[in-house]
Amino acid sequence: MLHERIPNLKALVEPDRVHRLCYTDPDIFELELASIFEKCWIYAGHESQVKKPGDFWTFQVGRQPLAMIRGHGGKIHVLYNRCPHRGTQIFGARYGNAGDALTCSYHSWRYHYDGTIESVPLARGYEGTTFGSYDCNMQRAPRVEAYRGFVFASLAEQGPSLVEWLGPAKIAFDDICDRSPEGEVEVVMNCYRVVQRSNWKFFMENQLDAVHPSVTHESTGRAAADVEFQIQRRTGEKPLHYHMLSAFVIPFEKWDSLETFGYPYGHTILGGYMGLRPQDPDTLEYEGILAKAYGEQKKDEYLSRNIHHTLVYPCLSVQSPLQQLRAIRPIAPDRTLSEIWHFRLKGVPEPIYRRSLWYYNLVNSPATLVNADDLENWQKGQWGLASRGGDWVSFHRDYGRDRIEGSVTKSSSGCSEMPMRAQFRAWLEYMTGGS
Amino acid sequence: MAAKKAKRAAASKPAAPAVKKPNGAGQDLQREVEQLLYRQAEALDNKQWQAFIELFTADGMYWMPPAPHYTTWDGMPAIFAEDRDLMTVRMKRVTHPHAWSQAPEWGTNHVVSNVVVEKVDPRSGDVHVRSRFHMVELRRDELRHFAGAYRHHLKRTKDGFRIKLQRVDMMNSQAPYEYVLQAWV
Repeated sequence: MLHERIPNLKALVEPDRVHRLCYTDPDIFELELASIFEKCWIYAGHESQVKKPGDFWTFQVGRQPLAMIRGHGGKIHVLYNRCPHRGTQIFGARYGNAGDALTCSYHSWRYHYDGTIESVPLARGYEGTTFGSYDCNMQRAPRVEAYRGFVFASLAEQGPSLVEWLGPAKIAFDDICDRSPEGEVEVVMNCYRVVQRSNWKFFMENQLDAVHPSVTHESTGRAAADVEFQIQRRTGEKPLHYHMLSAFVIPFEKWDSLETFGYPYGHTILGGYMGLRPQDPDTLEYEGILAKAYGEQKKDEYLSRNIHHTLVYPCLSVQSPLQQLRAIRPIAPDRTLSEIWHFRLKGVPEPIYRRSLWYYNLVNSPATLVNADDLENWQKGQWGLASRGGDWVSFHRDYGRDRIEGSVTKSSSGCSEMPMRAQFRAWLEYMTGGS
Repeated sequence: MAAKKAKRAAASKPAAPAVKKPNGAGQDLQREVEQLLYRQAEALDNKQWQAFIELFTADGMYWMPPAPHYTTWDGMPAIFAEDRDLMTVRMKRVTHPHAWSQAPEWGTNHVVSNVVVEKVDPRSGDVHVRSRFHMVELRRDELRHFAGAYRHHLKRTKDGFRIKLQRVDMMNSQAPYEYVLQAWV
C-alpha cells in the first residue's frame, strides 16, 4: 500500500545525488520504519543494563515498543510491550525490575520473564469458552542475538545472523571490548537522551562527514585551543580532554588523509584522527596490563586499530576508542531521538575510564559543547529540504574515485562523500526489497 | 550601602548566626546570600559570562548531575561538571562569531526563590544554601521552560561570597532534551 503511494523510489536515489523527499516525505518515513528499522538488526541495549533476573529495559524498534528482560536462566528475552488480554503496556517504567512476575496493571494477567503466561485471575470464567485456542503469551521479537555483550533484536522472522549482517562492522564491538584485559565492558548506568528536529539520516550522514567538523565546530575548537594553550603555559601540561575538543579544527588536509570504508548492509567506518594513544604514565600502565593479558603483539594490534566512528546502519554510531555509543530512534520525518551511552572497560585503571568519560560529558551530554551546532545545522537542513528551493541533495565529492574491492568500498580521501553514497545504496536496497 | 554593611557585619562575626539558629540565618546573612543568587541569575540573563565565571572561587565547580541520586561529579557522568577553565571554553564558544547555534535569537530569564540557608560553618564562615529556580529560554521563536533546585556552597572571601560548588538539579534531568543546553542554567 505504501509502495503505491510512493511512485518511484529508484528515481529519488541516484548514485551521486538524492531527492529531498527522502528526508521529508511522511510516506517514505513510514516505509523506512517498516522496511529498514523493523527488518534490520536494531540495537536493544547492553547485557549489563539487565544484570539480575527480572531486570528490564524498554526501547523502540521502528514503531514497535519493546523491552529486553533478563530471564531466570540468564537468557535475555525481547518482548513486545503489550498485554495479550486488552493491549495494555506491561512495562510502565522505562527500566527497572519486574518483581516476581510481569503483571498487567489493568486486570492482573501475569507472565513469566520469557513472556509466557503464568496466570489469569478468575480462571473459571474461561471454562467452556474458546479461550483455550487464544494465544495468551506475550509476543517476542522473532530474533534476538548478542555480540560481545551488545544485544540486538530483529523483527524479521528470517534474515542473516547478527554477525553475518554486521560483517566487518563488528570491529566496532571488538575494538571496544579488546581494549579491556578481560575482553568485556560494562555499561555506565546513565543514558543521555537528546531529540534532534531533523530526519534520522542527518545523524547517520554527519558522523562520517569529515568536512563538517572544522566548519561546524570552529567556535568550540578555537575556544578549547585557546584555553588549552593557557593551561599549558600555566602548568606545562595539556589535558587530553581539551585536545578532544581542539582536534575538531584540524585543517581540511588532515581530515582528507583519513580512510573511509563502506560495507554491505549500509555500515560505514571513518578512520581515527585524535591521537588517542599518548605516552603518559597512566597509558603506559594500562598498556602493560593489556600486554600481560594478550601478549605484546595482540596488544599492539588492538591499540593500533585506527577507527574514529563505526556506523552500524541504520541506528548506531559507535566510537570504540572512547567507548561511546549512540543509538537513534526515529520519531517522525523531522524528529529523531538519540540515546547516548558510555562503557567502562573491565579491569583497566581508573584514569583510562575517566579519559573517555570526558568525551561523554563534554561532547555527548545534553550540555554538549559540540553537538549544539550539529543539531542547529540539521534543523536548518530539514527546513531547507522541506522547501521547494531545490529538489536535490549533492553527494558528488570524490564520486567516481571510490575503490571497490569485493563487497567493500574504500576511499582514501577522508572528505569523500562515499559513506553517504554507500548508506543510500543500502537504503534503496532495503526500501525496494532488493528488487 | 546596606548590603555593604551587612557584608562587613557578617564577615566580622561569621559564627554568630549559626550558633543562635543552627538551621537558619540572620536577616543580614539571608539577604547577602540572596543578593549573590540574584546577581548570578542576572549575569546569565544579561550574558555577562565573565562576571558569571568570576562568582566562582579559583577552584569552584558548576555541576549538573544527570539524576538526583548522584552525590559527586568526580568520575561520574555529568551534564555539566565545569571548573573555571572549562567555563572559559564555554564562554569563548558562545561568543565566537561562528557559534552557529547562537545566530538565532537566544536568551534566558531566571527567577530564583525559596532561598534557605541550610548550614553555616562556624569556623570557616562557609554557607550552604538551597533554592529553587524557574528559567524560561527563548530560542528562535520558541520558549522552553526549565525548573529545578540549586545548592550553593559559598566561601567567604575578601570580596564577599564566592561559589565553591554549585549543584543544579533539573526537574527534567532524566527526560530527553529537546535540543540542548548552550549555557549554564
